[in-house]
Amino acid sequence: MQQNKMKLEFDSRSCNEGFARVAVAAFMTQLNPTLEEVADVKTAVSEAVTNAIIHGYEGSAGTITIRCRIEGETLTVEVEDTGKGIADVKLAMEPLFTTKAECDRAGMGFSFMEAFMDSLEVHSAPGRGHLCG
Amino acid sequence: MEHHFTLSGTALTVHLPAELDHCSSQQLRQEIDRLIRVRNIRSILFDFGNTEFMDSSGIGMLLTSYKSMRFMGGTILVIHAGERMRRILTLSGLDKFIDIYQGLPRESDLI
Repeated sequence: MQQNKMKLEFDSRSCNEGFARVAVAAFMTQLNPTLEEVADVKTAVSEAVTNAIIHGYEGSAGTITIRCRIEGETLTVEVEDTGKGIADVKLAMEPLFTTKAECDRAGMGFSFMEAFMDSLEVHSAPGRGHLCG
Repeated sequence: MEHHFTLSGTALTVHLPAELDHCSSQQLRQEIDRLIRVRNIRSILFDFGNTEFMDSSGIGMLLTSYKSMRFMGGTILVIHAGERMRRILTLSGLDKFIDIYQGLPRESDLI
């Protein structure tokens, strides 16, 4: 069974969103994905990284960590920050819920992640950052 | 950013970039807001002809534009959206609010 993993750390800057998408897309190439599968994963990664930047660090400087794991035919992507944390994860994951309506946020980040990946887990607590994978 | 916009009378066309994410949405949003303030804009046309990637940040930007225009009695339209972009617009429910045309409205059908 094929196994591989990678870990990426980068500054929580908006201009790194594209870099994060491409990095994960490149890593998953070894699974021979369809174009659609790559696009789906890129979208989910983009949502998770954007969440870390806007909500985790609220625009201030921080580090985002992405870990990818391949086991057989399964790709697991973890996006982690050590920012503000989510007080109520269940509420945060409700479609259209956002704490930043004034920043043009649609409140669809988690919904998109769930739509484009086979499964999603979110672990967080106030002051403890958040991990989604 | 200037090359992304064309203004014809009261119609603003936004030529969206290849990747519409939080980073590019933020920049576009600022410029759209500025143009709405300084010009008389009654309609915004979002041209997806070059766009291959969009996440929910792009949806947020479209939603905000829709609300701004609606508040002022204007309209917004989407044109040249490829299959994947149309899927994302449908997933977000935005297709219920915003008309999506194949090409320019007077030349093509509503999708």
